[in-house]
Parts: sequence; structure tokens; C-alpha cells
Amino acid sequence: MALVTESRKPARRAPGTERGRHGPDHGAWFLVLPALIPILVLSVGPLLYGILLAFTDAQSGRTEPTRWIGTLNFQDLLHDTLFWESFRIGLVWAVGVTVPQFLLALGLALLLNQNLRLRWLARALAIIPWAMPEVVVGVMWRLVYNTDAGILNETLRDLGLGNGHDWLSGLGTALPAVIVVGVWAGMPQTTVALLAGLQNTPRELHEAAAVDGAGAWRRFRTVTWPALRPIALAITALNLIWNFNSFALVYVLTNGGPGGRTRLPMLFAYEEAFRYGQFGYAAAMGCVMVAAISVLLAVFLAGRLKGGLKGGDEA
Amino acid sequence: MRTSTTARVGQYAALLAYLVFLAFPFLWLISTAFKPPRELGSLHPTWIPENPTLDNFRQAFDEQPLLHAALNSLLAALGAAVIAVVIATPMAYVMARRRGRLARAATGWVVVSQAFPFVLLIIPLFLVLKNLGLINSVPGLVMVYVVWSLPFALWMLAGYVRAVPAELEEAAAVDGAGRLRTLVSVTAPLLAPGIVATALFAFITAWNEFFFALVLLKTPEKQTLPVILTHFIGAEGVADLGPLAAAAFLATLPSLVIFALIQRRITGGMLAGAVKS
Repeated sequence: MALVTESRKPARRAPGTERGRHGPDHGAWFLVLPALIPILVLSVGPLLYGILLAFTDAQSGRTEPTRWIGTLNFQDLLHDTLFWESFRIGLVWAVGVTVPQFLLALGLALLLNQNLRLRWLARALAIIPWAMPEVVVGVMWRLVYNTDAGILNETLRDLGLGNGHDWLSGLGTALPAVIVVGVWAGMPQTTVALLAGLQNTPRELHEAAAVDGAGAWRRFRTVTWPALRPIALAITALNLIWNFNSFALVYVLTNGGPGGRTRLPMLFAYEEAFRYGQFGYAAAMGCVMVAAISVLLAVFLAGRLKGGLKGGDEA
Repeated sequence: MRTSTTARVGQYAALLAYLVFLAFPFLWLISTAFKPPRELGSLHPTWIPENPTLDNFRQAFDEQPLLHAALNSLLAALGAAVIAVVIATPMAYVMARRRGRLARAATGWVVVSQAFPFVLLIIPLFLVLKNLGLINSVPGLVMVYVVWSLPFALWMLAGYVRAVPAELEEAAAVDGAGRLRTLVSVTAPLLAPGIVATALFAFITAWNEFFFALVLLKTPEKQTLPVILTHFIGAEGVADLGPLAAAAFLATLPSLVIFALIQRRITGGMLAGAVKS
């Protein structure tokens, strides 16, 4: 629709764009449709349908027709302590993974930006967690955490610290244990993004700062960080969202156990929908998750805007 | 810039710590995959298997339809990658070269789609695909994967288009080439490496995907590798460690190889997409 309106006004030309040179272009629609139709049918459509479902009593395998029940699902959800517990766990997990992951990735990116031997090896190894199927990452860490045959407990035994702990089944250890895996699994992407940001920072600025006698920490604060800030904020916002929405890793590691201690919202909603067949109720959970994510995005975008206005100065 | 010796030592120590952290789980997976049952049951496991064996691999193939699952994964990933790239390339071109509302809306959708909790998407998709008779079918999964990999494909491809100087296209236009001619003979060849990288990335993403496959594929003969892998973990979470490790190792090889080949291009594409938008 947008393009049609614009082609009626060929006079409004943005300088430096193609339109100015080739004139109004009706062919663009043809280029967009092959992707636009599947997006509308299989992504935007289902999303809207999903929101509608949240206001119905849709269930799997039920013979009576689905009824519109207004906000009943949301009212039930409000009193569903198990859901809010899983929501809380989701937040703890998302922050618990994102923050250490960012700090570790920043450290690695700074190291990889130095002229060090073995740098290539670190880069090569960083590919592994990134390329692996999440299910395999989960399986792999189950082998690491295994009570008897796992390398973690064996190392601890060698060091004389404890004698075999069941990390993934312990009420207190399960969440920290899966968080460690989350950090490991997502570190490479963050590292690569930050490293790219670092390599876009002009070297001369560093050297000028060094000549002026600025120490490493001061150079980081005054030169590196301001340049890195936009990319760091964007990747952190995305990581928080991705982690909050994650499923496969924890499904394989603990399947939400023990006693729901690692039951992320996605695991909860999945069970509700595909084990108990409560489609409407699970859709309502999805809506609440979207709302939470939107708030988070808004906060981040506001922060980014503020930072931009201040010219990258740290708030 | 000169760096003091103490700083250098510190840097190498940190790098070493990172290397260990990144590598040890993977090395442990490989080690476990080649261990005979007796060593797997031992209370004092070793890094290097004392009597390395291929039995775990044989047993993995016996216990679960791994070959069949690999074939399903291959079909799903190949189908998704090819279709996604074919339909995304023209749209990415429009996104990159125009500043119209359509391009802005598309870019906005790409960003927002990263935030979808898939559960809100999968319930309606499940109902729709069920009505179409496409539950428990690889083509149904391909449809979902195409849309799922589109945002990132568009993002990467738009970046590659921007990397092709618009001046080249203008020059062709001045020489009298039509728009289509310009696209086919000037832009497309320059985009080819980026298109291949994007397709490979879409392939890996689909090859690794789990959630949609878990929901949509019901019977073992239709399931993909990641779903079949979870069958090695029993209902009570008890796993047959050796075959589990062997199968997991095999499932990860294709993506590792492809990723190693195209890693630079992916990061390049990510950045090209991110730098000017």
C-alpha cells in the first residue's frame, strides 16, 4: 500500500535514493510479494490469530465449538501462582544469562582485538557453541554434569571438593547449572558482535589517548566504551529477549525440573498447550510474554535514544 | 602500542581460561562418545578413553532411526534454505535500495519478529497446519522454517545489497540496460556469495531447530535429528550416555563444518545489515 501512495507522488524524491533516478517504480511490488505473502499468511496472521485465541476456550481434541470467553483466561492467569513463578524464573534466567554472558564476551572480544598468539584458536573454538544445535548443547552439558561419569564431579573429586553432586536435579543447583550452560551457549554471538564493534573503533583514537598518558581503564572508558555502547545495548536487549523466550536448552537439560525450579515460561506454555491441550490459556500466556517483552524493548529503546542525544555519554 | 609484560601475561592467562571454558564440554562429548560401557559406569572417568570403541555409534543407529532422521533434517533444512533465499532476495533488494514506507515496515517487522515468543505463533500454526493436513509432515515444517528464517535472511541479504555500490547499477542504466537486465547481469553476480552464505546460514538454523519440529512432528519416521536425539534421554531423564554422546556428536558435525566455512561471511552479513539501517 505504501508504495502505491508514493508512486502517485513522484515529485517527492528522497535525495540519493534509487527512486530519484529510475522514476516511480511499480516493479517493486513484484519483488516484495514472494516474501510478503508467506510472512502475512504464516507469521503475522498466526500471531493475530494467537492473540484472538487467548480470548477463547480453545482446547485440543474437543468436540464442542470454541467459545469466546473474553478476558477469563487472563483473569485465571492472574491467579496462577505457578505461571508467575515460571515468569519470575524466566526473568532470573534471562538476566542471569545475559549479564555474565555480556561481561565474558566483552572480555573475550577485548582479548581477541589484541595481537595475541592463539587468537585464531579462540575464534575457531567460539564457533562450536554457535554452530551446535541447542539440543546437542543440552545433551553435552548433561554429560558434563552427570553425577558419576561427568567431568565436573570428577574434577571436583580430584580437587577434594565434594563427592559427586547431582547438579541438574538439586533444588538449589539446577537453575545456576542451566544458567552456566546458557552463558556458554550464547557467548560467541555476543563476542563476535562486540569484536566487530571494537574493530570499527578508529585505532588512532586509542593511540592518541595512550600518548596523552591515559591508562588502560581510562582508554576503555573514554574511547572504547562510547564507540561500543550502541552495539552493546542492542545486543543486550536482543539477548534478554531471546533468553526469556528460550526453550530447547532447558527442555533437554532439566525439562523444567526439579519441581519446576527451571520451568521457563516457554516450557510452561508448551506443556499447557501440547500436553494438556489448553490452547486458549497457553495463548494468553504468550500474550503476557509479548507484553513483558514490549515493556523491556520500550525501556531499552528509550535508554538508547537518551544515550544518543547525550552523544554516547554514559548515563 | 606497547604493552607491559605483566599485562601480556595476564592477557594470555585470560585467553587460556577462555579456551578451556569454550573447549572442555565439546572435548568431553567426544571423549564420552568413544568410551565403552564399563568406562562410562566408572566413578573415575578419564579424559582419554582407555579402550576407545565405535560401539556407541553402532548402538545409536540400532536404537533410533538416525539415518532417517538425518534425511528428514536434510530435506527440511535444504527446502527451507532454498525457498527462503529465493523469496527473500528480491525483497531484501527493495529494503536496501529504497527508503519508502514499505522498506521501513519490512525492516521494522524484521526487528520485531526477533521478539516473538514462538508459543504464541505455534498454537495457531498448529491449528492451521492441522486443518491443511500438514501436521507430522516435512513439507509443513519447511513452510514454518521458511518464515522463521526470513527475518535474518532479509537482514543479511539487505546488508549484502548495500555493499554493492549503487553507482554500478547507475552506470549500467546509463549504458542503456533496463532494470531487470541491470539486476541480472550486474547486481546478481556480485550478490552471489552473499546469497550462498545466507542460504547456508538458513540451512544450519533449520538443521538445528527443535521447538517447531517437536510440536509439529509426531511419529519417529517423520522426526528430525534434534527431536530424535531427545529419545535417547528416557522419560525419567535417564540417558544411555554412550549412544547419546555418539548421536549428538554426529548431529552436530554438518553444521560445524558449514559454519566453519562461512563464519566470516555470516558475521560480515550481520554487520553489513546492522551498520547502515
